Amino acid sequence: MTTRRRRGQPRLPFLLGILATAGMALFLLPVLGLFSRAPWTRLPALLGSDIVTDAIRLSTVTSLAATALSFAVGVPLAWVLARVDFVGRSLVRGTVALPLILPPVVGGAALLFAFGRRGLVGAPLEQATGLVLPFSAWGVVVANTFVAMPFLVITVEGALRTMDRRYEEAAASLGAGRWTVLRRVTLPTITPSLVAGLVLCWARAFGEFGATITFAGNLQGRTQTLPLAVFVALERDRDTAVAISLVMVLISLFVLVSLRERWRGTL
Amino acid sequence: MANPEWRARSALVALALSATACRGPSTRNDGVDACSMPGTTPCAALAGEIIVSAAASLTDAFVAMKSAFEAMHADVDIVLNLGGSSALRAQILEGAPVDVFASANATNMTRVVEAGRLADDAHFFARNYLRIAVPAGNPAGISGLEDLTNAALRIALCAEEVPCGELARRVFARAGLFPALDTNEPNVRALLTKIQLGELDAGVIYVTDVASANGAVQGIEIPDDVNVAAEYLVGVLADAPNPTGAAKFVQFVLSDQGRVLLASHGFAPP
Repeated sequence: MTTRRRRGQPRLPFLLGILATAGMALFLLPVLGLFSRAPWTRLPALLGSDIVTDAIRLSTVTSLAATALSFAVGVPLAWVLARVDFVGRSLVRGTVALPLILPPVVGGAALLFAFGRRGLVGAPLEQATGLVLPFSAWGVVVANTFVAMPFLVITVEGALRTMDRRYEEAAASLGAGRWTVLRRVTLPTITPSLVAGLVLCWARAFGEFGATITFAGNLQGRTQTLPLAVFVALERDRDTAVAISLVMVLISLFVLVSLRERWRGTL
Repeated sequence: MANPEWRARSALVALALSATACRGPSTRNDGVDACSMPGTTPCAALAGEIIVSAAASLTDAFVAMKSAFEAMHADVDIVLNLGGSSALRAQILEGAPVDVFASANATNMTRVVEAGRLADDAHFFARNYLRIAVPAGNPAGISGLEDLTNAALRIALCAEEVPCGELARRVFARAGLFPALDTNEPNVRALLTKIQLGELDAGVIYVTDVASANGAVQGIEIPDDVNVAAEYLVGVLADAPNPTGAAKFVQFVLSDQGRVLLASHGFAPP
């Protein structure tokens, strides 16, 4: 295999190339495995079933809602973590990152203890408003947000901490208010990181399984997202499971690659 | 203090962590020692891991089986792989290294047999009936199957892919009722846990699961004329990594001692 060499680009060290190929293979081979089992001729029929279309619709709506919710509360959280020095900040930062480490099923159980019908917040919530999060699409959004938001918070917080703050100071010294500085200087400066964080957040929400099935349950059209549909189908009909997985791979690749290309200049 | 909610929480966490750890020697059974029976291979020959994929509803009974069997064979380590029978069957058909498969219905066992993956015959070893389960205190005032058609309540069955879900749907079909479902749980233990936690008002699970919850859920009888039984089958896999151990364990499940253990966990004889 020949490697295109741009001027000034060092020659690829042999060992590095081998290791990189091994790393790449770990990601490529499972995708190829999926393709090798794909029931190509039956694909349209399998993907046209109402189980699949319901799951695509639900997954799209809930993953986007979780991303929007993460944006609404996650960016302010990242700002506070990066800019405000308060007692227990590292503890809060650790807690925010916890869903990255916690097995999602445990995350789902913890969500039940907090927001379930007999949970710390869930019980008074049901009494006051009649809203029950488990077994509802809102439950899916909450589970997705819980698991996916840390990706956004961590990315944005890192960008806020490393950005050159002199522009903010200059804007403030020229008379811009705090909101104006945030809107006109801070956010535009961190846009590439913000977009990267949002994409990661959406991708994680789109693929969420464990917390969703534990907290929100599994009902077609209401809480059965694509990953849950794959899980159930895997036990009944592998062809359908592979077909749904292909859809997930294609949607995710499309989003990740196209956004990456669009923001490549700045990322 | 025996706080059922706390117990339910720890049960859920245990479930979440897929803990399959042995319950300790308290269930050790000092009955007949299979080693001393004539015509069997000596126990000294028995060693290593025996991987047992067992239906989730067998959890308590097989944890007890594991303790009793390991007490008799010091060098044996039974590894329990518990889950929905259909998930276990899928794992086996995809080539998971398993010694023994214990399924909660004939369908999943038949698929394994048809794929040529069973070494010998499958043995019918237990029966399990269904019951309506409600959280302790029955907050929604459930009294029978008709109440499970009330859309205002939180009602669940196992997913139809797993035996408890398939059987529960047969019960409703026989009763001519349509349950108002809020979720299809992936296995019977997940369903039990959500009933224990009070997240669900009612669900249909096995008699044995009601018994295992130690009062954290209440069972409500399903009339005999509509109830159906799960039929449990066990067999040794053709490519079992430990064929001797696997055969011995299956023999133990079918033995009188195994029957007693199963009965003590609420299973009916075949």
